[in-house]
Amino acid sequence: MTVIEAHNIRKSYGSLEVLHDVDLSVEEGEILALIGPSGSGKSTLLRLLDLIEPANAGELSVFGVDTVADHGTWLDLRRRMGMLFQRPIVFNSSVYDNVAMGLRYRRAPGDNIDRKVKEALEAVGLSRYIKSRAIDLSGGEQQRVALSRVLVTDPEILFLDEPTANLDPTSTATIEAIVTRLNREADMTVLISTHDLAQGQRLADRVGVMIEGTIAQTGPSREIFREPKNQQIARFVGVQNIIPARVVSRRGDFTVVEAREKEILSATPPPADEVKMVIRGEDISLHRRKPGYEEAENLFPATVTAIEPTAPFVNVTVRCGCDLVALVTARRAEALGLHEGMEVWVSLQAKAVHLIPRKGA
Amino acid sequence: MKTEALSTDPFPAKTVATRWKEHLGRHIDWCTLGFCIMGGLLVGITVLALANIATTELADPAHLLKVAASSQVIESILLTFGAGASAVLLLILFGTPLAYVLARSRPSRLKGAVESIVDIPLILPHTVAGLLVYLLFMRRGWLGAPLSEIGLAFEDALPGTIVAMLFVASPFYVNTMREGFEKVPVHLENVARTLGAGTFTTFRTVTLPLSLRHMYSGAILAWGRAIGEFAGVIMIAYYPFIISTLIYYSFTTDGIHTSRSIAFTVILVSFGVFYLLRRMTRYLGRYDDRV
Repeated sequence: MTVIEAHNIRKSYGSLEVLHDVDLSVEEGEILALIGPSGSGKSTLLRLLDLIEPANAGELSVFGVDTVADHGTWLDLRRRMGMLFQRPIVFNSSVYDNVAMGLRYRRAPGDNIDRKVKEALEAVGLSRYIKSRAIDLSGGEQQRVALSRVLVTDPEILFLDEPTANLDPTSTATIEAIVTRLNREADMTVLISTHDLAQGQRLADRVGVMIEGTIAQTGPSREIFREPKNQQIARFVGVQNIIPARVVSRRGDFTVVEAREKEILSATPPPADEVKMVIRGEDISLHRRKPGYEEAENLFPATVTAIEPTAPFVNVTVRCGCDLVALVTARRAEALGLHEGMEVWVSLQAKAVHLIPRKGA
Repeated sequence: MKTEALSTDPFPAKTVATRWKEHLGRHIDWCTLGFCIMGGLLVGITVLALANIATTELADPAHLLKVAASSQVIESILLTFGAGASAVLLLILFGTPLAYVLARSRPSRLKGAVESIVDIPLILPHTVAGLLVYLLFMRRGWLGAPLSEIGLAFEDALPGTIVAMLFVASPFYVNTMREGFEKVPVHLENVARTLGAGTFTTFRTVTLPLSLRHMYSGAILAWGRAIGEFAGVIMIAYYPFIISTLIYYSFTTDGIHTSRSIAFTVILVSFGVFYLLRRMTRYLGRYDDRV
């Protein structure tokens, strides 16, 4: 069942257009991650979907109710959803009162509130703080209070607006674990916005990339990271190699493209004559000598021109006509004895070479 | 060690100077000192005026007591404070929603216009304010005429006093309250709304409690302004005598002796009341939030 259906959503504040042409549909029980740079409109979109603010134009139905035509149902619909914000926000009262807020707004009976609050605090591991003042807790604990405050209301859809951006790894892990468990056990639909690509991949069934106020691409995270639709998305999802090339021929199932006189095979059907190759650094393998057996379709010699360590990995630039950046582990770089000017062999599967049309660029 | 060095000093005058210097701290900031002297002159005027009236009045306590205990003075003080309080209650009722709307609306030409209208009583001479109120609420005025038909008379009546006070005190309350609302982050309201609160419930349970201090100080400011009004009130309601009118009346008929005693009584009562009100702010619920 589709729980959220949005078409052509537009939102602006004064002369500043924050969202335009947003189309999105969310299925019941899925986890959808919205990733995108800061300022791309993720938070605003979540606020619109949670019915805190109206959009300027577009269609939006939530739980099958047309929210544009039927303004009167907003509060009822909103009470079936919950939202956790980026900054931990607690009110200056006890942890208990904070968590009870949502139930009191719904005029739940007292013993019911009592039971649910205790359960929710148990779930986030904060039972011992039930009588403490919420603002005395640490940032991570406050965010867990905020999460349990949302969860006591049993939301059918949970919106998480960069929920772990300011948190330590332990609190982050706790919150992620709770969210995934609720999704599995209670079939809760989850929309999470994040600029942490790894978090998006880790949690989500499906990923939507927001760029400059619109959703540029949605799909399974594998697709977003391996086959971005355009250069902007490719850049955002951390593709190291975006190389202009020209389609020269077809060879069997493969497309032959040429970049600086170097022919490379791609498994993507040609989208245009002038294209860009999108290759993730970790898909490029380096070898000290020509491998005896190699299933990769592309195999060619190259020269190492630069080596740049980045935490657990090393970015190795090799020249083979065009420049390619390969991502190898620090250990592998050591084993290969990489140094500048060294001759290496490069292997690259045709499937790892994704082609996008080169538009004007 | 230092005292030893000082006691062997051949010039005792220097010792005094050094002690002074130590007392004041190593370095005298001439700017701060200058500012203190200039500010002191201003405070001095108020202190001098109060000392002046206090010494003369306390020299003849029998007369002061007689005037202070007269039913006319007591009634007038109660009337003034009561009328002021009524005006403030009306302000809280009607001014709070206005302040909230002004605090939450985006800048626009209409908002600018409304803000200027709210501020009009601030810039008008009080006599003009009084005349405006009189012309609107007099028996033949736009509002006075229909209201007098249902039995609500403003001319020389308590409602007139209240309406005049309301008019002159409104900017003080509305502006303070608006500042308070502006300080409450929309963020907090959004949290309450995501938890299932409607707009009014959010206002009642989040925004208003967080702005209570501003509401309180706005109400005190407005009340102080209301009970101090003279020119604005006498145009429409010379009777019943509010305290300012009574002092002016006795100044022009009985002379300085009586009016001074009434004035001194008012000073004492006002001081007492405002001191108590200020003290009460500390017991007012603090509902600050980490944002």
